[in-house]
Amino acid sequence: MLSRVADALFWLSRYTERAENNARMMDVNLQLMLDVQPLANKQHWESIICTLEDTQLFGKLHPELTGDAVVDFVTFERKNPNSIYSCIATARENARTVREQISVEMWEQINRMYLFFFSGAAKRMFQNSTYEFYKWILEGSQLFQGVTDATMAHDEGWEFNRLGMFLERADRTSRILDIKYHILLPSGEQVGGNVDTVQWMAVLKSCSALEPYRKHYRGQVVPWKVVEFLVKNQTFPRSILFCVDSLDHSLHEITGVDRGDFQYKVEAERLSGKLCADLSFVTMEEIFRIGLHEYLDRMQGRLIKISTAIYKEFCEWLEEDETQGEPQENQQPAQLQEQRN
Amino acid sequence: MGNLFQGYAPEAYFDEMFESTGDVRTHYQRLLARYAGMSSEEFQKKRDLADNAFLTQGVTFTVYNDLEGTERIFPFDLIPRIIPRAEWEHVERGLGQRITALNLFLHDIYHEQKIVRDGIVPAEIIHSAAHFRPEFMGFNVPKDIYIHICGSDLIRDHDGNYLVLEDNARSPSGVSYLLENRQAMKRVFPNLFSRYLVRPVDTYCLELLDVLRFIAPHAIPEPTVVLLTPGIYNSAYFEHSFLARTMGIEIVVGADLVVQDGFVYMKTTRGLKRVDVIYRRIDDDFLDPKVFRKDSVLGVSGIVDAYRRGNVSLANTIGTGVADDKVTYYFVPKMIKYYMDQDPILPNVETYLSFFESDRKYILENLDKLVVKSANESGGYGMLMGPQATIEQRESFRKAIEENPRNYVAQPVVRLSRSPSFCEDHFEGRHIDLRPYILYGEKITIIPGGLTRVALRKNSLVVNSSQGGGSKDTWVLND
Repeated sequence: MLSRVADALFWLSRYTERAENNARMMDVNLQLMLDVQPLANKQHWESIICTLEDTQLFGKLHPELTGDAVVDFVTFERKNPNSIYSCIATARENARTVREQISVEMWEQINRMYLFFFSGAAKRMFQNSTYEFYKWILEGSQLFQGVTDATMAHDEGWEFNRLGMFLERADRTSRILDIKYHILLPSGEQVGGNVDTVQWMAVLKSCSALEPYRKHYRGQVVPWKVVEFLVKNQTFPRSILFCVDSLDHSLHEITGVDRGDFQYKVEAERLSGKLCADLSFVTMEEIFRIGLHEYLDRMQGRLIKISTAIYKEFCEWLEEDETQGEPQENQQPAQLQEQRN
Repeated sequence: MGNLFQGYAPEAYFDEMFESTGDVRTHYQRLLARYAGMSSEEFQKKRDLADNAFLTQGVTFTVYNDLEGTERIFPFDLIPRIIPRAEWEHVERGLGQRITALNLFLHDIYHEQKIVRDGIVPAEIIHSAAHFRPEFMGFNVPKDIYIHICGSDLIRDHDGNYLVLEDNARSPSGVSYLLENRQAMKRVFPNLFSRYLVRPVDTYCLELLDVLRFIAPHAIPEPTVVLLTPGIYNSAYFEHSFLARTMGIEIVVGADLVVQDGFVYMKTTRGLKRVDVIYRRIDDDFLDPKVFRKDSVLGVSGIVDAYRRGNVSLANTIGTGVADDKVTYYFVPKMIKYYMDQDPILPNVETYLSFFESDRKYILENLDKLVVKSANESGGYGMLMGPQATIEQRESFRKAIEENPRNYVAQPVVRLSRSPSFCEDHFEGRHIDLRPYILYGEKITIIPGGLTRVALRKNSLVVNSSQGGGSKDTWVLND
C-alpha cells in the first residue's frame, strides 16, 4: 500500500484514540473534583497539564490556571493540536485523504463527530451536561473502532490502523497512571487512606478498568495492584502490555515474519518485541525501586522510539519530498508530527 | 394545503415539464401526480433528508475565499429532469459525432495540420491557444485517442432545441454528483422509480476503468491504474476520491509518485510499484516541473518523459486544451463537416469571434445584448452578461477585447430552458443546463443523461456551483 496512505491510517486511529483518552481523563477528573477539597483543586489540574506535557502552550494561552481553563484547553482549544477538537479535526483530515481505503461507515462516523463539533452542537451539549458530552466522545470513538473492526478489510491498512491505536493507547495509559504521581495528597491525608484510594479508583475509571480490576483482584484498591493491572495485565485491552503485545502482533502481520521464537525483521519489531518481554517480566518491586514516574517516563520514551522506527521503515520516502518545495496544498496533515516527538 | 405547483407558469421560456399552454408534458404526468399531492412541509422534510445524507457522506465541494466552513454541499433540487428516450438518442448521436470530430482535430493539429492548410482554421488561432502544446507535435498518443473523458455542456433554447454551449476536454468534473444525486433520489422517492423505467447510471465507473485499462502501454494484461489528484484542498477532491473508490484504484498525489529510468512508480510500504495508467485530475501546467511550470509541487518530475517513451499512459492526453478553447469551439461544426463530411447533429450556439474584424465590430456595438466570454476561463468567471452588466463592466470588457481580440467570443443571450425547482415553499421555474459525460475508449459510451445544473437564483442564467448553482437528478427513460 502507498506509504502516505499507511501513514494517514496510522494517524487516523491514533488521533481518534487520543480524543477518546482526553475525554476519559476530563470526565473522571471532573467527577473526582467533587470528592476533593477546593484547595487541592488547582494542583490537581496542574498535574493534568503536566502529564500531557503541554505546560508551555497552556501557559501561553492562559496566564491563570483554573479548572475551566484546563477543561477548555483539553477539549475545545483549536490552538492546542492535542485538544479533543483538534484530534477529531486531524483524524478527519487524515480520513479524507484515504477515503477510498476506509469503509463508508468509518468515514461517516468520523465525519459525524467532526460535524458535531463544527456545528456548535458540541458546545451546547457540553454546557448542558459535561458527563453526557464526554460520554458522547467516548462512544463516538468506540463506535469508530468497532465499525473499523467490522467493516474494513483486515489487511495491511487495517494493521497500520491498529498500530496507531495501540501505540496511542499504551502511551495514554502510562500518562493517566502518571497523573497520580503528580497529585500530592492533601495535608493530613495518609497514603492508603480514603482520598488516596479515591484517587487510585479514579485512575482505574479513566481506563474503564475499575470493574475488570475488581474481578481480577477481588479486593481493595491498592497502589501496587493498580499499577500491576494497568502495566502488565495480559488480558485487559488498555493495559500497556496488552497494547504493546497487540502492536507487536500487527507489526509481524505487516512484515510477514513469524512471531514465534522471537523473530523479527525490522527495527520497529525488535523494539516492540523487547518492550513486550520487559513488560512481561518486570516485577512491581523493580518498578517502585526505579520510581513509578521514572519508569513511566522511560516507557513513553520507548514508545516514541517504536513510533519513529515504524515511520522510518514504511514511510521514509515521505520525508524526502518535504524539501522539494514550499509547503503547498498537497501536504498531508498526517505529517503534522506530534510536537513533542 | 395548497398544491405546490399553484401559480406555476412557464412564462416566455421552454419549460421541461409543462407545455406553453400550461398542460403537463406526457413524460412528467406520473411525477406531477406524486408531487402535487405533497405539502410543503412534507417536501421540506424530504429535502432535509437528502441534504443530511450529503453532509454526512461528505459529498461536498470547496468554496475558495470562504474562511469559515470551506466545504459546502452542492445544493440538490429534488425534482428530476426527465428526458424521453427518442430525445436522448438524438443527443447521444450528436455527442458521439462531436467527440469523434474533436479527436480527429487533435490528431490533425499535432500532426499535419491539414485543417489549417486547407484554410478552415486560421493558424494563428491554434498557435496562440493557451493550451496548445507544440512540444507534442508529431507525437503518437496511445490508441490515437486524445480525449478519453469529455463533458460537453448542452442547453436548450426557447424552442427546446439542444445546443452545445461549450466542450470540456481537459478534466471535466461533476460526474460524482450525478451518481450521488441518483442515490439520493432513490432513497428519498423510492416509489417514483417503480413508476418510471429510468436508465441506470451506476456502470459509469466500470466503463471509465475499462477506458483507462484500454489505453495501457504495451497491452499489459493487468495494468496498474491510479488517479492523480492535486490533494484534499482541491475543490473537486471529493470527486477524485469517489471515483478512485468506486473503481477500486489508488488515489495518489504527486509526492506518491517517482520516475526512475523512464518509468513511473508509486511509493509503497513494500518499496516501489510500477504505474501504467494515470487518470490525472491536474492540469498540464502542473504535471511536470521539468517540462511545464517549474514551481509546481503537485506534479511529478520526469513524468512527461516517461509518457513520451510510452511507458505510462495519461488520460486525458497532454494538450487537449486546444480543443476546448472557447475560440476553437466556434470551429467545431466546421470540423465535423471537414473530417466527417456530416452536418452537426447538435448545433453550436451562434457565436461571434472578436478575432474576425467584422464580428469584433458587431460585438463592440452590441455589448449590452451579448454574453462575452474569454477563451480559457471556466466556472462562470471571466464572463460578461451584457444585459445585466454595469457600464463600467462593459467598458472594461471593451478595452480587454480591443487589446486582445484573439481571446474573446460573444454569443446572444440564450433563453435557457427552465424546470421547476423548490423555492422556499412552492415550485418556481429555474434555468438549467446539462453536462453529459462521454467516454472514448474501445468504443464511445455516454452515461444516460448527465448532470443537470440549476441556476437557483431567480432569473439567473449562470448554473456554476461557484455562482450559486445547484443540481438535480436526470432521468433518461427506457420506454
